Order: sequence, then C-alpha cells, then structure tokens
Amino acid sequence: MRGWGWQAIRAWTLLVYAFMFLPIAVVVLLSFNANQFGSFPMTGFSLQWFVELSQNDAILRAFRTSLLLGALTAAISTTLGVLASLALVRYRVPGENIISTMLIAPILVPEVVLAVALLLFLNFLSLPKSFPLLLMGHVIFTLPFVLLVVQARLVSIRRDVEEAAMSLGASPMQTFFQITLPLLMPAVLAGALFAFTISFDDITGTLFWKPGGVETVPTQIFAMLRNSISPEINALGTVMILITVGLPLLGLAIARKINQKSGA
Amino acid sequence: MSTVALENVVKRFGTFTAVHQTSLEMDDGEFVTLLGPSGCGKTTNLRMIAGLLDPTEGNILINGQRINDVPIHKRNLGIVFQNYALFPHKTVAENVAFGLKYRDVSRAEMEERVRRALDLVQLPDSGAKYPKALSGGQQQRIALARAIVIEPSVLLLDEPLSALDANLREDMRIELKRIQDRIGVTTVFVTHDQSEALAMSDKIVVMSAGHVEQVGTPEEVYNAPGSEFVANFLGASNILDGTCEQADGTAVLIDVPLLGRITVPRAKAPAVRPGAGAKLVLRAEKLVLAGEDARKEDTISIPGVVETVDYQGQAVRYFVRSGETQLQAINMIDERPFAKGQPVSLHFRQRDCAALGAE
Ligand SMILES: Nc1ncnc2c1ncn2[C@@H]1O[C@H](COP(=O)(O)OP(=O)(O)OP(=O)(O)O)[C@@H](O)[C@H]1O
Ligand SMILES: [Mg+2]
Repeated sequence: MRGWGWQAIRAWTLLVYAFMFLPIAVVVLLSFNANQFGSFPMTGFSLQWFVELSQNDAILRAFRTSLLLGALTAAISTTLGVLASLALVRYRVPGENIISTMLIAPILVPEVVLAVALLLFLNFLSLPKSFPLLLMGHVIFTLPFVLLVVQARLVSIRRDVEEAAMSLGASPMQTFFQITLPLLMPAVLAGALFAFTISFDDITGTLFWKPGGVETVPTQIFAMLRNSISPEINALGTVMILITVGLPLLGLAIARKINQKSGA
Repeated sequence: MSTVALENVVKRFGTFTAVHQTSLEMDDGEFVTLLGPSGCGKTTNLRMIAGLLDPTEGNILINGQRINDVPIHKRNLGIVFQNYALFPHKTVAENVAFGLKYRDVSRAEMEERVRRALDLVQLPDSGAKYPKALSGGQQQRIALARAIVIEPSVLLLDEPLSALDANLREDMRIELKRIQDRIGVTTVFVTHDQSEALAMSDKIVVMSAGHVEQVGTPEEVYNAPGSEFVANFLGASNILDGTCEQADGTAVLIDVPLLGRITVPRAKAPAVRPGAGAKLVLRAEKLVLAGEDARKEDTISIPGVVETVDYQGQAVRYFVRSGETQLQAINMIDERPFAKGQPVSLHFRQRDCAALGAE
C-alpha cells in the first residue's frame, strides 16, 4: 500500500517538474534549430539565430536598455536597501514597524495594481512617462527583496563587533566601511543580483511605465510575438535564461567564497 | 596612567531605573570589580564608562575630566566583550592592529607592537589565522591583545571569562591578572562570579538592584560584609538575630538566643549600636562540625543534628538543625563526611563572626 502511494507521489512530482521545465528546454533546443520556423521538427544544428539576433538593432537596443535599467535598479535598490536596513535594525526609528511594512508591501500587492497605481500617481502629478520614472518603478518593486536579504544578514552581525571597532578609535562612519559593510557584503551582493534579475525579467510594470519608443528585452519579445513567432525569439529566450539563471548562481558562488574567507 | 570616577550617576530606561544614584572612584592602576547578580546594573555602569550609554544624570570622569560628551571612539579605552567580538573577516594580526590604524603609529612600530601584544597573550604564531580557527580561550586572548595594544587609559572587561569552560576560566583568570599587573592599566571588570572577584580584584564593588551595596578590598567585603545581601552573595552565611548589649572601640557584645553572648571585633561590626538589634553573621566555612562530645579550646560549641549532606568532592555542605534554627556549614572532609541524622557538635570562633546593625 505504502509503496504504491510513494510511486504515485514520485510520478506526480516528475510530471510537475516536466510541466515546468519542458517548455524552457524546448525553447533552448529550438534556438539551435536550423529550421526556418521556430518550431519542430529539428532539421539540424545551427547558430544562425544567435547571429541574426546579434545583428538585430531593435533587439540590441532593448538589450542595452535592459542592462542599463537592471544595473541602475540594482545599484539604487541596494544602496537604499542597506541604508533602510541600518536605520530599521540599528537605530530606534519612530514608527519603524509601519515603515518596515510599507517597504515590504510591494511584494504583496499584485504587480498590475502597483503598476496602475504608480501610473495614476504620475498622471495626478501630470508627469510624463520617462526613463527615470521607469527606473523608479523598478526600484520600488525590487527594494523589498533587497531589504529582506540585507536585514536578515544585518540582524546576525553582532552589535558588539561594531562597538569594539569604535572603542578602538574608529568613527561610526569608519566602523561602517571597515566592519559592517564587509560583513554585510554577501547579502549586499545577493540583493543586487536579485534586483538586477527581477528588473531584467520584469514585463508587467515595464509595459505600464515605459515611455514610448523605449523597449526592454521582455517588452521587445512581447512586441515581436505580436507579428510572428520568429526563431530569433527562441535564441533571445536562451540568452535571457543564461543571464537570469547564471548571474544568481555566479553571485552565490562569490558570496560563498567571501564567507569561506572570513569564516563568518 | 588614569583614574576613573562616577559622580552621582543615574541611568533610567524609560521609567525603569537600572542604576540608582551611584558614585565610585577608581585609582590609577587599580583592578576594580563590579560584582552582583544578573540584572543589577553592572553592564550598564560599564557601558556608561565606555561611552556606549549616556547617563541620565551625573558625570563620568577620567583623570578628573568630565567625558560625558566625548564619543566612544575618542575615549581611548580597551574593551573586552563576553563573546570576544573579534572581526571575523580580518586575520588575528589585522584584528590586533585595528586600533593602531587610528593612531599615529608607523608601519614598523605597528608590526612591533602587534608582535609584542601577541607575545604577551602567549599566542605569538597566530597572526595569520582567522578568528574562526581559534578556540574560545584563544579568541579571548586575542580580544585582550587587541584591547591593550592601543595602550588604553582604562581597560573595561564585561564578563570576559564566562563564555569559557571551567578549567580554562581558571587559567585565563590567572593570565588576565598577570597581564594586568604587568601593564598596570586601570581596569574595570564585570562579573557575577564571587570567586573571580575575590581572586582578582584590588577593590570590589558589590551591587544589587541598581544600588552599590559595599565597596572594599576582597578581605573587607568577605570578612566584614556591610549588609545581609553582601554576606550571602559572597559565599554562604548564617545570619542570626540578636541584640547588642555592649559596644566600645575594640569589640561589641551581642546576645544571640541560640548561641549566647558573642564578642565580635569592632572592625567587623562597624554599624552596631548598643541597646539596638543586631544581626550576627557566621560564615558557613567558619562553622565546623565535630563528633557529638568533642570539646575544642577557644570556641563556642552548640549541639545539632545533621539534616542534609551535600557532597562536593573535597568539601561538603551540611544543613544542621540546632534547636529551632537551621544552620549551614561548609567543611573540608576529614576521613568521612558526617551522615544524615547524626548528632554532632558545631564549633566556631567568636572572632570569625561579623555583625550588622538591624535595619
Ligand atoms: N537598553 C535597555 N532598555 C531597557 N532596559 C534595560 C536596557 N539595558 C539594560 N536594561 C535593564 O537594566 C537592568 C540592568 O541591566 P544590566 O545589563 O546592567 O545588568 P547586569 O548586571 O549586567 O546583568 P547580567 O549579569 O545579566 O549581565 C536590567 O534589569 C535590564 O533589564
Ligand atoms: Mg551584564
């Protein structure tokens, strides 16, 4: 009886995984297909779609926009996230619970709602859509992730280590850069990668917020799909997968290295 | 080098008063211990001296200078924390050199001073290691080296030994005292362990619930406790109610119902007044059990029956009933301990007693 039950669970698990990962595998597989149409059957191995991709101006422009947007989002989100965490964890701030909840809230609110809300807010202020506002949207959206990661780490950094540094003559600022920040580094790195990846992947908010003429990789793919299913999209998908999976893995490896060295 | 003083210091957290009005003076080079049970305000006092907490009222003075408004990083203090607080991402040598970076010290001198500090704590070859690679005791030595290498005006230690296991704690205690003697730095040491306090201190400040109960040398607080709390916190004592019948400059005579008339040296009963109530303090170690009919010169003897025997290795703690009173005695074991229910005689010398004035 028990054996049968386990078999069923195992089969079900496999099915779920297949359902999740098969489409991704298919995209990757088809991106190397020599066939003119982005679908089965495979007619041979070819890198032609990647070559075409690298010659497609619209895609390259979208790529640059996405990279810039992701990098700026990561930088701003991480800086704000570290500052906010310090304030919330290390100092008594009046109303800190409310502030904390507000900062985390964007995770809980459905993205569409958040997107519309921000858009309406901009309308209300009669601000036109622009790249900085798109960036702001991404920062709001990624900040909670950074905050959660950095706060968790900051809580585990003992206060007396910082106090020891100050007693030895380091000013609060020097203590932060000499002690707190290096110990926080794995979390800062993880937060930045999270922010970059989320921003790089995002489509819902971006569709609402982006000014006319600006495309990110996801919105570009979306636009291309409206005309036809080009095999280039498979190649682009493969590149996206590489970035959004590869980067966090890389970051994880680096964080582990740092941790090993410091033995924290 | 330096003196430290607290002047009418009070510390409140909201409505809760952690330290009631306290004044203390610590001489240059003195080893002062703040001793008391958990929550009595020892750490609070230490952190106010360190500059990690602001006193609600009163002044903190170092070398006679009011330093309330000097931030911690300008106070030139060495602090050793209970959990070592080493920088995990820096090597031992970098840890020890940390404070020197903020002082006007050449590279060569820095290396020399780090080397000397590591020698002093007997870990000369550990410079390249990371703290994680060291044992607890070794980490605490490095923390000490890091604190003293800057030649602090005052060394502050908050229960630095309590994270170590019992054997190591004894070794470190001796080591710490040796180093402190050697460099002669004024030291404030916080502990709740009375044997640590007695063994190490020049001066003990016994605290209870935010108040200073008594300040004195280890002998003074041990032999002439100033309050019932002190008598019981530093080892176990029997405290018996009585009346003072006579008192002069050299001795006081106290009548205790169970024991009769006891003569106590005046030095051990400073607060007793003739005609008033008094409490006789009889240390458990000074009350000696003997066979039922034993006679001893020069001692007071009373009969009793052993009620509880608490065997502790080389010593044993007895609870003995004598009349209506239960008395506590801690004796070295000679041959075999007395058994439960055995009738015994209890002996003590009058000059080993101390007395407190009644409240
Ligand atoms: N930041 C704070 N806010 C509120 N109360 C505090 C704070 N710090 C300490 N207290 C209270 O002040 C009292 C004294 O604390 P303190 O840490 O000085 O005790 P301690 O003698 O060092 O005790 P222990 O041996 O447990 O370390 C305690 O009752 C504690 O709860
Ligand atoms: Mg404490």
